[in-house]
Amino acid sequence: MQRIDVIEGDVSVLDRADVDTDQIIPKQFLKRVERTGFGEFLFYDWIRDGEIELEPNPILVAGRNFGCGSSREHAPWALEDFGFEAIIAPSFGDIFYGNCTKIGLLPVILPEEHCRGIAEAGRARIDVDDQSVDYAGGVVRFEIDEGVKHRLLHGLDDIGMTLQNAAAIDAYEESGRADNAPSTTARL
Amino acid sequence: MARTLFDKIWDAHEVDDGLIYIDLHLVHEVTSPQAFEGLRLEGREVRRPDRTLATADHNVPTDGTPVARMIADELSRTQVETLERNAEEFGVPIYSLGSDRQGIVHVIGPELGVTQPGMTIVCGDSHTSTHGAFGALAFGIGTSEVEHVLATQCLVQRRPKTMRILYSGELGRGVTPKDLILATIGRLGTGGMTGHAVEYAGAPIEGLTMEGRMTICNMTIEGGGRAGMIAPDETTFEWVEGRDAAPADFDAAVERWRELPTEEGASFDTEVSIDASQVSPMVTWGTTPGQVVEVTGAVPDPANDTDERALKYMDLDPGTPMREIQLDRVFLGSCTNSRIGDLREAAGVVEGRRVADHVKGMVVPGSAQVKAQAEEEGLDEVFRAAGFDWRGAGCSMCLGMNPDTLSPGERCASTSNRNFEGRQGKGGRTHLVSPRMAAAAAIEGRFVDIREWA
Repeated sequence: MQRIDVIEGDVSVLDRADVDTDQIIPKQFLKRVERTGFGEFLFYDWIRDGEIELEPNPILVAGRNFGCGSSREHAPWALEDFGFEAIIAPSFGDIFYGNCTKIGLLPVILPEEHCRGIAEAGRARIDVDDQSVDYAGGVVRFEIDEGVKHRLLHGLDDIGMTLQNAAAIDAYEESGRADNAPSTTARL
Repeated sequence: MARTLFDKIWDAHEVDDGLIYIDLHLVHEVTSPQAFEGLRLEGREVRRPDRTLATADHNVPTDGTPVARMIADELSRTQVETLERNAEEFGVPIYSLGSDRQGIVHVIGPELGVTQPGMTIVCGDSHTSTHGAFGALAFGIGTSEVEHVLATQCLVQRRPKTMRILYSGELGRGVTPKDLILATIGRLGTGGMTGHAVEYAGAPIEGLTMEGRMTICNMTIEGGGRAGMIAPDETTFEWVEGRDAAPADFDAAVERWRELPTEEGASFDTEVSIDASQVSPMVTWGTTPGQVVEVTGAVPDPANDTDERALKYMDLDPGTPMREIQLDRVFLGSCTNSRIGDLREAAGVVEGRRVADHVKGMVVPGSAQVKAQAEEEGLDEVFRAAGFDWRGAGCSMCLGMNPDTLSPGERCASTSNRNFEGRQGKGGRTHLVSPRMAAAAAIEGRFVDIREWA
């Protein structure tokens, strides 16, 4: 994962609430077994039917509950591959939000009035370390989990970090705490 | 301090601050190929193949195709074959096409008994919340997290907030768990549970079968919830007892499980009360599960842009009574409503009746075992005699990744969980309902109030 500290540039706007991951990347594109190349299928039906137009700017401003629905990580993959580096919205689907942070696509939660302000301003600068968004309407701060922020700022691989803690996992297993759960290989 | 069901499971699985041990990792073909590839690139192994279980469901044709290599669609075939290869290479047990244990991942877990109270369960699928019906902490994850769990058997997680939805009253005649959860989402909104692990509680929940509880927990994600949970009780223990993966010392396990329910006085971040006796059979009219009304109601006036777009997509006019909406297709299936109890209820409605001439109805059992059970009971004959298409197990028309799809403009009464635009096929129009309501709608060719039939 690439390090992220500052994301600055023009803003694309998708002024719709409850945009689900089925719209972001329709089902027929989930059959691919690769992780790349999803950008050309982003909002496939909406863009081809002329419902929306999107420029691949660094920042996307979206509506409430963006990325609700399915857990498909193909949705963040498509947004990132299309060219977005950050998404600003009043709220996100939980799984989608988590998926974005895993691949280094920055999700930023801001109150609706600031989302509208940034959409109107057309340009913004996001500082991850400072947890702030600077735009024509002022500077506004956002919340982000400390652990997530640390990973994004340093471009760290989650699995690598957890494996550094392998001794704790070994200890957990050796303590017997994991033993009550059923085996999927025995007796089935 | 008094603790909730969620607190107890979370605390018991914390390996380190924010690092949670996963007891069961379910895997399917759509969200796993890139995760296995990631392991391969880094030279990593699956830490606990004995806590991992794979099945093919999303891409599976339901026409009886016996093995993966015979799937006609090339991309679907590749995806299922990739899962089979990955399972073999990494030593993960798999039930693929042709296995008598294959089925929708959220149907086979409970069916095999690998879903048990007190566990942490994840899967690269948002409907993993289904397993919370057993008093487990179960939630959907993305592919990066699938890879993380495969490699470490753990997940980096921020502790979610807790919510309790406390139901009172009694469910009316003909009103099902599906109606209860649709009404709940209608009231709270599609983002109403966001950031929360949700516990469903109260007498109306305690009175439900495990299948009904699974339907409720399954749709938690449609309200934005991270996980849905129901306290384990005798109904839960009875379900698990005697299943293939049930604990060898069952009594000892039950003793442990009895310690799980939320204690008196435990606090939740958010509490909601709902009177179940006020809930009617529900039908969605729009393109989110929260856009829902009583079957006796009408298509509402749009309240905002989202509603207006939904009405246009659904080709509906405000004020149209729901019972006048004509249907082209009926789909009985999905991880929400494809278990034997669901099929029995639907069969009870269609028995001795005929599907309307202009309607094409299909019944898709959730697993090979559900299919076999239904056939043993003669339910397949009931459905066939009524004019339904009786299919093989899989996700089928819940999401249209396989040959079962709606054509543009077709209108479908569906027992699945999502009425998103294009979900069941581009241009398809989905109305979510309970199995009984779907069955009755197939017979009449339009929505009916099932209470008038009961």
